Amino acid sequence: MRTLPEPIAVRELKSDVKPIWCAGCGDYGVLNAVLKALSDLRTDPASVVIASGIGCSGRFPAFVSTYGFHGVHGRVLPLATGIKLANPELTVLAVGGDGDAFSIGAGHLPHAARRNVDITYIVMDNEIYGLTKGQPSPTSPLGMKRKASPYGTTDEPINSVAMVLCYGASFVARGFSSRPRELAEIVKRGLQHEGFSYIEVISPCVTFHDTYGLYKELTTPLPESHDPSDRTAAVMLALETGVKHLGVFYEDARSSHHAQIERLREKSGGEFSLEDVMARFYR
Amino acid sequence: MPKNDIVIRIGGESGEGIVTIGEVFVRIAAFSGLEVYTFRTFPAEILGGHVIFQARIADRPVLSQGDEIEVLVSLNQEGYDNHIGELNAGGVVIYDSNRVQPAGGGDDHVLCPIPVSDLARGMGFTRGANLVMIGAMIQLLGLPLGKADQVVTRRLGHHEDLLSRNLEALGLGHSYARQQVTQRLPAYLEPPTEGAGQRLVMTGNQALALGAIAAGCRFFAGYPITPATDLMEFLAKELPRVNGALVQAEDEIAAINMIIGASFAGAPAMTATSGPGLALMIEALGLSSMAEIPIVVVDVQRAGPSTGMPTKTAQGDLYLSFYAGNDEPPRFVIAPSSVEDCFYQMINAFNMAESYQMPVIVLSDQALAPRVETCPPFALDQVRLWKRQMAEPGAGNSFERYSVTRTGVSPMTTPGTGGGQYIAEGLEHDEKGNPDDSPQMHETMTEKRWRKVDSARHDVFSLDNAVEEWGDRDAAIGIIGWGSSLGPVKEAIVRAQAAGYRVAALFPKILFPMPDVRISRFIKGRRVIIIPELNMLGQLGRVVEHRYTHQIVRNAVDIISLNKYQGLPFRPVEIFDEIVQVTQALTRRAKMAPAQKVGQPSLRY
Ligand SMILES: Cc1ncc(C[n+]2csc(CCOP(=O)(O)OP(=O)(O)O)c2C)c(N)n1
Ligand code: SF4
Repeated sequence: MRTLPEPIAVRELKSDVKPIWCAGCGDYGVLNAVLKALSDLRTDPASVVIASGIGCSGRFPAFVSTYGFHGVHGRVLPLATGIKLANPELTVLAVGGDGDAFSIGAGHLPHAARRNVDITYIVMDNEIYGLTKGQPSPTSPLGMKRKASPYGTTDEPINSVAMVLCYGASFVARGFSSRPRELAEIVKRGLQHEGFSYIEVISPCVTFHDTYGLYKELTTPLPESHDPSDRTAAVMLALETGVKHLGVFYEDARSSHHAQIERLREKSGGEFSLEDVMARFYR
Repeated sequence: MPKNDIVIRIGGESGEGIVTIGEVFVRIAAFSGLEVYTFRTFPAEILGGHVIFQARIADRPVLSQGDEIEVLVSLNQEGYDNHIGELNAGGVVIYDSNRVQPAGGGDDHVLCPIPVSDLARGMGFTRGANLVMIGAMIQLLGLPLGKADQVVTRRLGHHEDLLSRNLEALGLGHSYARQQVTQRLPAYLEPPTEGAGQRLVMTGNQALALGAIAAGCRFFAGYPITPATDLMEFLAKELPRVNGALVQAEDEIAAINMIIGASFAGAPAMTATSGPGLALMIEALGLSSMAEIPIVVVDVQRAGPSTGMPTKTAQGDLYLSFYAGNDEPPRFVIAPSSVEDCFYQMINAFNMAESYQMPVIVLSDQALAPRVETCPPFALDQVRLWKRQMAEPGAGNSFERYSVTRTGVSPMTTPGTGGGQYIAEGLEHDEKGNPDDSPQMHETMTEKRWRKVDSARHDVFSLDNAVEEWGDRDAAIGIIGWGSSLGPVKEAIVRAQAAGYRVAALFPKILFPMPDVRISRFIKGRRVIIIPELNMLGQLGRVVEHRYTHQIVRNAVDIISLNKYQGLPFRPVEIFDEIVQVTQALTRRAKMAPAQKVGQPSLRY
């Protein structure tokens, strides 16, 4: 991570673009937490890239004065993977919604996790499609009625923390946009973790699925006794019903994707010359 | 008299060493100073299924797989039965006499029985049968044993005991053939004793991969698909050596988004796929156009639609490459025409992508990708790279990533550069990259993005490898084609000219933007334009009709599509016959009804 001698104020980390989110949207809390984390870590904004897919949450990069990439729906993880590999010195965040992450882009999650791409992936989970105005998402509660599901949904919601733990991610956490200070701490740990950091953030959509009340009730910090190097215990906690634990479920220190690729380079060995490669094909 | 231009076919079940025999034999021929050009089919299954390995070998550059088969090599009965019908009258059959019983005594053909299985068994090395056969083949067809020894040593040098056994097997087949087959065969080769210059023996995919590295490619992401996979495998070995990286992605959508990310972060990047994969990449191709991030996408075309025929060739993805995508995403399309051209067009592809910040599609095909050709070494010292135009940002957040310029190209920055922060944006945006969907901004930015295509026209059509044009300049008949059918067309024209016909030809290598000036001029002087394509609808033909209606109508030119859709490349004779027929029709028309069309109207669907 490239740092500055003096921290940049959160104010200066904001871009001059005003967020287009509805007043009260959980995504504001996430934005503030990320800004605080970047400021606290004295990150050089010119060395940060925030990549996103499509959704209300996907607008995130425009509001920060770092580099950014607003790509297509559901493809933020491969986009961020390419960015990180091309220049491992960059600090890369991937952000987006639950539809982006678990529906259209769901096929990329296990692979980013198993590759251990050194990026921090923040999913703003509002259990709804916000941008397209309120259709059920893969995390919507069973039976939810909306225009696209007038008789209630029939599909079980995904438990993303349990899922990503089982994908073998090396850092898995959950935060809540209403607790920006704790969230900022989690984001900081995620940014400092060298490997794939998955952070699910409960980020309610006031307009189409207001869950503030519900999650004030249901959220609770992980038990202090929880050992974040114990994946099985982490999965058990993630699967607990009637409660949503907040905090870092799991962390390990296995080698990151770019570190492994660096090792391949050493293995591939030898001086390279185009002439030599071509010479292999001389008759 | 040697016939220094022969076509050899080896056919049989896959897994029988057909490809090994073919590849080693071809290398021996090339090493002996001859030119080679292979054509092979692949079995649909991994093991089993029928394969053909065919090689044309000559003492002058070979442009196509040829029309007829002069030598058939059969390792088993099936390999004989399935192919004997296609062997020329008077052609040579070299076969394992322990396993093949020539039908009807083989009256029409010259039979060369070699007890390959027995010979190999006799030396206690049944696995050496392939080498016994190669030994016999080189003796019968006139290639020197010394060169064969060297080729086999190069292949197996690191396995010492295996090498000596194989050389022994090679010698055994050679001496058996010398003693037992004393007659002169009607088809044999005579390699040049000296003066054969340095040549490469390479496949189309290898040339594309080498071209990519030479062009500065440092990142590749791809998903395996026939016939593009070995391009990825080549780069998997070489890219880490140049500090590059390669990811085998989870699918093609991931692959293209990865290369867009990598390119945004500063690494020239590419992917390679075939039609089904390109179909999946279309949305992100639009992102590359919109966010103005350079990428190169190789499409090794295969017959379709859908999964189609993975191991059979086609030129069916021209429409897909030109037009696929929501609304109108500007991009470039390039179609190399030979193994050698693959290298140079890859340089053009990266140069165009990088300097215009756009996606470039390179259209190869299943016939070109795996085939081995001899060609001159690439002029590495003449490779000129066109770099991205970089901005030198000032302080503050005022960098205009998408500045509206005269050429359409906006200087960019790479993440990490202080003061150059911007959002690469897939939404319509203003000069700073902020979303803006106002009518004026969309109009301005749409024009800015497309203006790059016009600017490119100026740069790329001054390259001498952007278009290939040859033949009789004022001929009434012209051929316009694209991609790997150039070889067969060239050969057909040589033959046609030798027979007194007059033809001109034009192949744009850079297909989009189209070389409008060259094509307009080419159409103008003609009566008929033949457009041969390996597809049913005549995709380039339709584009030409649409784009040059004015020239076609005003000069009363007939456009005739010559379409082949069997999964196989053109044979020169097919083009030659068309030239003859069209010439005859033109002569008839001149005598009788001047308004009569010379061919079927080409647009059927
Ligand atoms: C390929 C494609 N399909 C559909 C859409 C339409 N679309 C845009 S955002 C979105 C879902 C947004 O939901 P989510 O990812 O949860 O983000 P949120 O808006 O809730 O933050 C959809 C379906 C699109 N932009 N692209
Ligand atoms: S619609 Fe929902 S998710 Fe979108 S900005 Fe408004 S509150 Fe946030």
